[in-house]
Amino acid sequence: MPRKQLNIPCKMEHLSILNEAGEVDNDLEPDIPEDLLLKLYRAMLLGRRFDERMLSLQRQGRIGTFAPTSGQEASQVGSAAVLRPTDWMVPSFREAAAQIWRGAPMENIILYFGGYNEGGRIEDNSKDLPISVPVASQILHAVGLGWAVNYRKTDEVVMTFFGDGATSEGDFHEGMNFAGVYQTPVIFLCQNNHWAISVPRSKQTRSETLAQKALGYGIPGIQVDGNDILAVYAAAKEAVDRARSGGGPTMIECVTYRITMHTTADDPKRYRTDEEVEGWKKKDPLVRFEKYLTDKGVAAKDTFQALETEVKEDIQTAVDRAEELMKKLDDPLHMFEHAYAELPPSLKEQRAELAEELKGMHKEK
Amino acid sequence: MAKMTMVQALNMALRQEMEKDDRVVVLGEDVGVDGGVFRITDGLIDQFGDNRSLDTPLAESAIVGMSIGMAIYGLRPVCEIQFSGFSYHNFHQIENHASRYRWRSQGRYHVPMVLRAPYSGGVRALEHHSESREIYYAHTPGIKMVIPSGPRNARSLLISAIRDPDPVIFFESKALYRAFREEVPENEETLPIGKSQVVRQGSDLTMISYGAMMRPTLEAASELEENDGVQAEVIDLLTISPLDDETFVRSVKKTGRAIIVHEAPRSFGPGAEIAARLVEKAFFYLEAPISRVAGFDIIIPLFSREKSYIPNTQRIVREAKKILNSA
Ligand SMILES: Cc1ncc(C[n+]2csc(CCOP(=O)(O)OP(=O)(O)O)c2C)c(N)n1
Ligand SMILES: [Mg+2]
Repeated sequence: MPRKQLNIPCKMEHLSILNEAGEVDNDLEPDIPEDLLLKLYRAMLLGRRFDERMLSLQRQGRIGTFAPTSGQEASQVGSAAVLRPTDWMVPSFREAAAQIWRGAPMENIILYFGGYNEGGRIEDNSKDLPISVPVASQILHAVGLGWAVNYRKTDEVVMTFFGDGATSEGDFHEGMNFAGVYQTPVIFLCQNNHWAISVPRSKQTRSETLAQKALGYGIPGIQVDGNDILAVYAAAKEAVDRARSGGGPTMIECVTYRITMHTTADDPKRYRTDEEVEGWKKKDPLVRFEKYLTDKGVAAKDTFQALETEVKEDIQTAVDRAEELMKKLDDPLHMFEHAYAELPPSLKEQRAELAEELKGMHKEK
Repeated sequence: MAKMTMVQALNMALRQEMEKDDRVVVLGEDVGVDGGVFRITDGLIDQFGDNRSLDTPLAESAIVGMSIGMAIYGLRPVCEIQFSGFSYHNFHQIENHASRYRWRSQGRYHVPMVLRAPYSGGVRALEHHSESREIYYAHTPGIKMVIPSGPRNARSLLISAIRDPDPVIFFESKALYRAFREEVPENEETLPIGKSQVVRQGSDLTMISYGAMMRPTLEAASELEENDGVQAEVIDLLTISPLDDETFVRSVKKTGRAIIVHEAPRSFGPGAEIAARLVEKAFFYLEAPISRVAGFDIIIPLFSREKSYIPNTQRIVREAKKILNSA
């Protein structure tokens, strides 16, 4: 018979546990200890306040261009939270909340966006990769890390972050395909925040969901409410557990929203309406989590107030430290550091030229 | 004549070409509704519709690969790569195809497309947003590589690039986009691709530069005149490849001294090719070593230190004095 139905597995779920009103689905509610729930909340709050502070630092000219995370805290914290310190996180450029959860010092993030390469430094006890600006490119590195994990037969997993726009790049498709072929323990964490600068999700791809792209590569995919920390956590845990036990990769699409600008160089009023933004502000991941914690009796008003004070102090300390570091790192000659394991002779010459020039400028002053 | 920034002048070039020729279509990330992240394509979607000002999905290789197909069909695509630092995704399409269809099809097909992309540092940007890698394209046979230095020549060169029968890579300095205004005539003006310009006459030494580095180079020339009475001749390349060596060879035969200024890393940069041509074609006229003022051979640092990386007027003056003083 020339035409017949093929039986291709085509399962695609959407997961939501804590709805916009902060009501929980008791059947699906993950079992998260109270202290972890509070830690998650604190990390989300810290992410939000840090973001706000970065925007004000940028406006004051104290740092440069910055990509804000506001609105995406549940997607970032809920997913990174299921990783062990020994796992790998491979971020793009909009994951400050996740990076802080993983232990990246806030002063480093400030330093980096303040135009100092030193801010990109990864702590010795961390295995996370630094920020990657070329959209989707980091996804392939995650697959390589995952392959190496299999080769060394450890139980590490790798989680890589990228956006909705990234799913249009070849690197994304090639990475998913390789991960499927080699069954690497990689979680493809897509933050569908509805916009790639000015291009809406609907113009990025004709397909109804991003998660369904996984099907083409023979790997599991799931769409979750990305503003629902419980759903993100549950889906990420399932995926990480599967990867750790040899079950290979998973793609998770977190449906969320960037409630501020793409970067501080962007004016979202040119391409989207205030009504759309206001609609999403009502789905704020922090607000509904706060209600959940209150209803559950895990926290009360004073807990939240105390946390506000605490995170603001942490951020202030980080800002102060970053500004001290900036002063210390004043010497432009630092630019020659980390170019190679050892500076080749011609670069030593060039460094000396600059040193000479800087000395001269000093004299002129 | 209106005084315009380079952003406005480029916008005008696109608008006028699109009005004249319905084969011209612009495409790229955020070029439609947003008008491009630098607003070069601002308003084109309103005037010409989203069928001639395409907001593409996020994929540079597809943008350029599709442009090649459009060009072969007979259209005149002008694609924007948001930052030249992301043009490596599409490098494969340029190197393997755009540059070769004419040759591969033995003249049956050709690829009259333009790839526009901002390059250069100096605007406090993130990593990958400040590099100067024109040499990758200049090194690619079959491709033309053009870099304007101001609003007026940007407008004229972009029109010529769109009309050129071969693929043109058109780099625009971010540092120049809004740095200054120039009179740009409403009436059409073009400039030949593959031709440099003597923008300042002089007899003591020749300064060769292009793009963002023209300003510090011209400033250095003025300073040398004011403080030391030195008459520098200054050449604006405008096209990096194919390189017009006639103009600078003639100049150096007159002055005997040459200094080349570019922001791109020094080693294997455009200056190396220019110096080689001078050695080949003006060796017996040289009275001093050829000098290069260029970016260091490291990745341009994040913005807190970029000022010390990018060549500046003082650096150029100092180097110029060195070759003036060498016997
Ligand atoms: C390869 C590449 N092309 C273009 C850019 C410029 N750019 C930066 S972010 C962005 C949009 C990314 O959208 P998405 O993947 O949805 O991530 P989001 O910014 O929404 O987090 C673009 C076009 C880039 N950084 N890298
Ligand atoms: Mg997005």
